[in-house]
Amino acid sequence: MNLALDILTIVAVSLGAIFFLAGTVGLLRFPDTLTRLHALTKADNLGLGLVVLGLLPQVSAPLAALGLLAVWLLALLSGATVGQLLAGTASAPDQDRAETPARHAGASHD
Amino acid sequence: MTSALVVDAALALLVLGLALWVISTRAAYSAVVGFVAYGLLMAIVWVRLAAVDVAMTEAALGTGLTGLLLLGAAARLAPYEAAEVSSRPGRGLRMLIGLLCAAIALGLAAVVLMLPDPAPTLALLVAENLPPTGVGNPVTGVLLAHRAIDTLLESVVLIPALIGVWSVAADPAWGGRPGSLPRPQSGSALTLLAQVLPPFGILIGIHLVWNGADDPGGKFQGATVLAAMWILVLIAGLREPPAVRDQRLRVLLVIGALVFIGIGVAGIWLADAFLAYPEGYAKPLILAIEAVLTLSIALTLGLLLAGPPANDHRSGGRS
Repeated sequence: MNLALDILTIVAVSLGAIFFLAGTVGLLRFPDTLTRLHALTKADNLGLGLVVLGLLPQVSAPLAALGLLAVWLLALLSGATVGQLLAGTASAPDQDRAETPARHAGASHD
Repeated sequence: MTSALVVDAALALLVLGLALWVISTRAAYSAVVGFVAYGLLMAIVWVRLAAVDVAMTEAALGTGLTGLLLLGAAARLAPYEAAEVSSRPGRGLRMLIGLLCAAIALGLAAVVLMLPDPAPTLALLVAENLPPTGVGNPVTGVLLAHRAIDTLLESVVLIPALIGVWSVAADPAWGGRPGSLPRPQSGSALTLLAQVLPPFGILIGIHLVWNGADDPGGKFQGATVLAAMWILVLIAGLREPPAVRDQRLRVLLVIGALVFIGIGVAGIWLADAFLAYPEGYAKPLILAIEAVLTLSIALTLGLLLAGPPANDHRSGGRS
């Protein structure tokens, strides 16, 4: 039983790490803001979810498991919101960009 | 054991590399983003050193709140940045600055490397004298019983900082509502987050303060979380920041420091020393101080981010 749980932990955490790696590669390689956000949020949502899933069998107290789940849910919530906000800012009409020229001039070059 | 060493070494290299990058990068905005990442890595370093209290403070105050303040400053200074970068100081001055900074770094490194073995420590003394305070977390014990005067000054210094922020307001705007927060976009995902998150955030903030007595946590970390929830609500436009002329607001801002000083002065008669607690009452008094200080600190931190009072806050639609 313990061995099975340990194997579940190893598999799930490794899968989660692969998602983080893939998300990072996507963040670095994808061409524009929206696709990069897509890669980033996948890493956060699925990668962190799998890591939490993998750690659940290893906790000693049920409250600690609840804490882990709460961390994942909060990361989901904030990740989704920040993704929306960034996407909204990135696709906003040009007059909004004029307010912070330095920031957006740098972003539009790459 | 060796795998932990590899992780620690990688962490140290990352922190050093990021610190170099933050210093050498030109654009203020990039430097601030690097500084925030640096702070989060430092929080992990503190966890690796088993200093969870420091890690929480670093993450909440040193990175989160300071990062936001710096981001705001970078955005405000953006129009002048090109001129600043082009008028760089002369080579001699830059080399002097570099030499002095290197001297400080080398001096600190030498002091750390030449520490006697075992290193001088007050940890044993603190552990022996912790039971009379009634708290279980040695960090809280030191902050509120053994070195209460430091904590008092830390809490009081926030108020001059806020006065400094307020004092840069234009004369006609004085007394009005702070106006540095970004304008809300109606119906965005931010509104939903500002409605869903605060109940949990407030619970976590109070939990951090309450837990600070026996586990890592405390008023500064808890107050930062509370302030973050308040700022979230303000940025989403669900509530207006209070006008700085509001008397109730001003009372709440100083009540933490006042209660701390009041209890401290009472200690002169009741416990024979300023900031000493009468025997048997240390724990309830510490809890009372922590509670009011949390409220005052959270308000002060939130208002520091909200900025100086502005004229046409949110009515003219300019941020």
